[in-house]
Amino acid sequence: MSDISQQLTEQISDARASGTALAIVGRNSKTFYGRGIVGDALHVGEHRGIVDYQPAELVLTVRAGTPLEEIEQTLDEQGQRLAFDPPHFRGASIGGTLACNQSGPSRPWMGSVRDMVLGLRLINGKGEHLRFGGQVMKNVAGYDVSRLQAGAMGCLGVITEISFKVLPGPAASHTVILGGEDPGAAVSIMNRLSARPLPLTGACWLAERGVGRLYLRFEGARNAVHSAVEQLQQEFPESESMRADDNFWHRLREHELDFFDTEETLWRFSVGAARDLLPDVPEDEWLIDWGGAQRWLRGSAYSLDELNASLPVGAGEVSAFRRGDREGEVFPELAAPVKALHTRLKEAFDPDRLLNRGRLYSWL
Amino acid sequence: MSTQPTTPVGTGSDRARLAALFREFIDPEYVIEDRETQRVYECDGLSMYCEEPMLVVLPDTIDQAQRVMKICHQYGVPVVARGAGTGLCAGAMPHPDGVVLSMAKFTRILDIDPVARTARLEPGVRNLSISEAAAPFGLYYAPDPSSQIACTIGGNVAENSGGVHCLKYGLTVHNVLRIEILTVEGERVTIGSEALDSAGFDLLALLNGSEGLLGITTEVTVKLLPAPEKAQVVMAAFDSVEDAGNAVSAVISNGIIPGGLEMMDSVAISAAEDFCQAGYPKEANALLLCELDGSVAEVEEQIDTVDRLFRQLKATSTRVSASEAERLLMWKGRKAAFPAVGRVSPDYYCMDGTIPRSQLAHVLVEIEKMSRHYGLRVANVFHAGDGNLHPLILFDANVPGEFEKSEEFGGKILELCVAVGGCITGEHGVGVEKIRQMAVQFDDRELKQFHAVKAAFDPGGTLNPGKGVPMLKHCQEYRSLNPDLEPNDQPVVSNAHDRPAARSSHQAGRP
Ligand SMILES: Cc1cc2nc3c(=O)[nH]c(=O)nc-3n(C[C@H](O)[C@H](O)[C@H](O)COP(=O)(O)OP(=O)(O)OC[C@H]3O[C@@H](n4cnc5c(N)ncnc54)[C@H](O)[C@@H]3O)c2cc1C
Repeated sequence: MSDISQQLTEQISDARASGTALAIVGRNSKTFYGRGIVGDALHVGEHRGIVDYQPAELVLTVRAGTPLEEIEQTLDEQGQRLAFDPPHFRGASIGGTLACNQSGPSRPWMGSVRDMVLGLRLINGKGEHLRFGGQVMKNVAGYDVSRLQAGAMGCLGVITEISFKVLPGPAASHTVILGGEDPGAAVSIMNRLSARPLPLTGACWLAERGVGRLYLRFEGARNAVHSAVEQLQQEFPESESMRADDNFWHRLREHELDFFDTEETLWRFSVGAARDLLPDVPEDEWLIDWGGAQRWLRGSAYSLDELNASLPVGAGEVSAFRRGDREGEVFPELAAPVKALHTRLKEAFDPDRLLNRGRLYSWL
Repeated sequence: MSTQPTTPVGTGSDRARLAALFREFIDPEYVIEDRETQRVYECDGLSMYCEEPMLVVLPDTIDQAQRVMKICHQYGVPVVARGAGTGLCAGAMPHPDGVVLSMAKFTRILDIDPVARTARLEPGVRNLSISEAAAPFGLYYAPDPSSQIACTIGGNVAENSGGVHCLKYGLTVHNVLRIEILTVEGERVTIGSEALDSAGFDLLALLNGSEGLLGITTEVTVKLLPAPEKAQVVMAAFDSVEDAGNAVSAVISNGIIPGGLEMMDSVAISAAEDFCQAGYPKEANALLLCELDGSVAEVEEQIDTVDRLFRQLKATSTRVSASEAERLLMWKGRKAAFPAVGRVSPDYYCMDGTIPRSQLAHVLVEIEKMSRHYGLRVANVFHAGDGNLHPLILFDANVPGEFEKSEEFGGKILELCVAVGGCITGEHGVGVEKIRQMAVQFDDRELKQFHAVKAAFDPGGTLNPGKGVPMLKHCQEYRSLNPDLEPNDQPVVSNAHDRPAARSSHQAGRP
């Protein structure tokens, strides 16, 4: 429960003086993610603890190394939660969750970790400990450096403290399962339901023992969930309710479903929710989450460039989430002007390229 | 794209030369040189700040806008983008040696995709027309600034605008999927996609709220949400703003996130009631409007809870909208509150600080004290659920020195917001207006980091120069103590931010 920001700042200043590259380590839950890099470890995991929590304000301020588990416990005592429902992947810290922009199954409806950030503190590559954003719901003073850290994978600085908007937990939750749908039909049902004012907070399709199953979760006020489930049961008389003790959504979020139990490369498609399924491969190689907007594909025979080239322009992109070649690029190539902006922003925050050099892209 | 501008130009004959260049590809009528026609472009919604531009251009294709950017880059001419000019921070105020690039002709809704629930828009599309176009599909665009009949989506992105429904549905940044921009060099760049996220730095977050300092938005793709089945309002009157403030916190503490939660004080209540006859209780000292939306079942359940809570928490009266017409009438008063206040005072000056909700009563009391100190009345009408204050300082611009006094008073309010852990602007932006208070909210190293971000996009500093982030050399002066205030008048800080609460000498006058 300690504040080691002073020590972190000094370590960065020392590294700067000696020109040593640093690899930021939180709680080691996402070592698999991003590119493999070399560098002296900069441990942020000990910089932990809840700095301030005002349930009536819906605001939580927490040190970056704090485990999600500890945060969720604290929120739970007040009937609140992190609306973005992040994966723990065995012990994740909140800082790493933001740096890797990780959100769970409710993301399309409840918002992402990036959406919920209100402000943060950051040590840049010059060893300056800076504060951006705030602890209030709205703040447009200065550029949004806080949200810029989402997905930056530590390349712009070491996040030390984050303020989040938190939300009340739902009074009720109910999951309906539709059996037998093929993935194309499932995507179309997910999109149709998303366009209606229903308290949908999860929509995932996968093949279980060769049969397609579409999981639809409704959460919110008791009455609202009840009437949504009734509507759905009328429209899909064959549907069944998930058992209350089935932890499907948890296993989905943590990649603990059988689908994820593979030695093959796991590809993440972040695409327009209504897009057709591409490429054309056996159905059970797919798992479709986020109402169609996040799709997982298993297979070691694909290449990053080929998969990206298979998508229509503007539809989204593919990255290599787990396994595969972690020495090559794992995120899609950027358009030239966007790449130039990345290089210049890196220069603006970390001119000596000390922090997580190459973790996001080989050239960054 | 990192080429530096070459030949600098001044004004005078350069104006004619530049105008001639633009007229080669833009309808000559829309390359505006004469002062009279330029007048409407002199300022935005904060009309106390104005400036005459060198030129105003209104391209009607993106190609033309791109050529304008390329030419301005070549000659190092400042460019100030402009939407509808409803901004409240002098963000769209022209640069005397620069070009105003009006996006007013880009008003087409390019596509509404009811299945993917997105709308692709030109930057000059008015906020309200998005929801109007989406309505036949049962969809709408959530961020709804009170200026939504006029303001443009390009301006909304530039300011990261909010509205009454932000607490539940987020700001512009939460509702935009993709934008296309022209860089300062005139290069076209796409940021974001149909997907919910993209790998790499979140440039979309950076561009939202960047006030036209990083790029010119030429196209925006927004998310559309399903229109709720039902929406209903509880209106509650209170004897004091403190009671109303407690009631706001209680709603949130009970696990309810209303669609909107707005507060008005007695000055605002009277002004709005006289203007709109919305049925507001004029004897009340504070009024809350709490909108609940969702499925019919959900709204019914929550309306009851909120109504009961308000009564328990000293509401002197409550009323639940019984029909859609009544709900709209209740909002009409709120949405027209600024013009309504405009009727009871020759001029008003709108502030935009955001504070933790727990500080509401404290800050409103301090504002009242300052109001007595400066001898200027204040009306409060604001987004209570978000803690986003809009104190309207009432003044008369024809009384010499009154605007300067209002400006100083406004500056003090913003500094108080920072001192209680809040910020100087929740949704209106910094522009020219709040540039001094930036030095109160941020220290030099943070401001330097902002300048470095700016330089990554605009190394020559020609995009909307002089806005958003103060030059470091001025900050010391902005932060120095104000000798005018007696110690007793100084606002009391009950929960100080860990940064020393600086006060600025706010040198009144125009920039
Ligand atoms: C009565 C009234 C009520 C208001 N209520 C609200 C409210 O509830 N919530 C809220 O958030 N705001 C509110 N505002 C403020 C204002 O309406 C918003 O800031 C709005 O987004 C500005 O849009 P605009 O098109 O008028 O932009 P402008 O005023 O023309 O420009 C605003 C800024 O955006 C830049 N800009 C404009 N277009 C582009 C572009 N295409 N590319 C790059 N930069 C661009 C300009 O350079 C300038 O810095 C209110 C204003 C008024 C007058």
